[in-house]
Amino acid sequence: MALRERPLSPHLQVYRPQLTSVLSIFHRLTGVFLTSGAAMLVCWLLTAAAGPDYYAWSEWFLTSWLGYALLAAWSYCLFYHLSNGIRHLFWDTGLGFSLKATYASGILMVIASLGLTGLSWGLGLLFYCTR
Amino acid sequence: MRIQTPLARVRYLGSAKEGGDHWWWQRLTAILLVPLTLWFVASIWWIVVSGASHHMFQDWLSGPVAAILMLLFVGALFYHLKLGLQVVIEDYVHYKPLKWTLLIGLNLGCLIGAVAALYSTVAVAFGG
Repeated sequence: MALRERPLSPHLQVYRPQLTSVLSIFHRLTGVFLTSGAAMLVCWLLTAAAGPDYYAWSEWFLTSWLGYALLAAWSYCLFYHLSNGIRHLFWDTGLGFSLKATYASGILMVIASLGLTGLSWGLGLLFYCTR
Repeated sequence: MRIQTPLARVRYLGSAKEGGDHWWWQRLTAILLVPLTLWFVASIWWIVVSGASHHMFQDWLSGPVAAILMLLFVGALFYHLKLGLQVVIEDYVHYKPLKWTLLIGLNLGCLIGAVAALYSTVAVAFGG
């Protein structure tokens, strides 16, 4: 069989983005990005095990402007992936597959991810101020 | 004329009969990670954002609850990460040498990362 360049389907560039497809691709993107957060978690625990001098490196990095920017991105992506992951778990049981339900749960999921991120940073600020 | 047996022709074309395990463990780790993630973020904010010292961090992680939850979190996280990224690589990387390099790197990386994090947690929990 001769191999020829065939047109591929689906043509991403001719699709009009819908809420459902955009939320789905961001579930993947946040998952891939969160891998860097897992690497940071390993560094954080390793430096903690190595002693106070090494732990200071993690502390220095995480409380730098880059560290805070990454923490902001990681926290939002984590809550996004968590909220949409719960949505997926409902789908796995066969619930919420109608068009109306997928849009409703999608909007709810975005609100939940924003709310959880805001709540977590609010708590962090509270801890910071009460110390 | 083909002298291949029918078996040789169909071998490796069908189901590997292990896809179910991938799906199942991705869900199991996902369910486990829901409460663990909420605990983890609350803890991280408490420890890092408030600028806790190494001593306070050690005090916190030597408690049995924090240590056990951290071990579970690291284990579930890296398994979930491995399963998820594996699908991303299989979906988008079709050049076989690169695909297998990435898959081997992913699996070994997750194993090394998980062991390093688990060891560190135990070391801190038992007084480092």
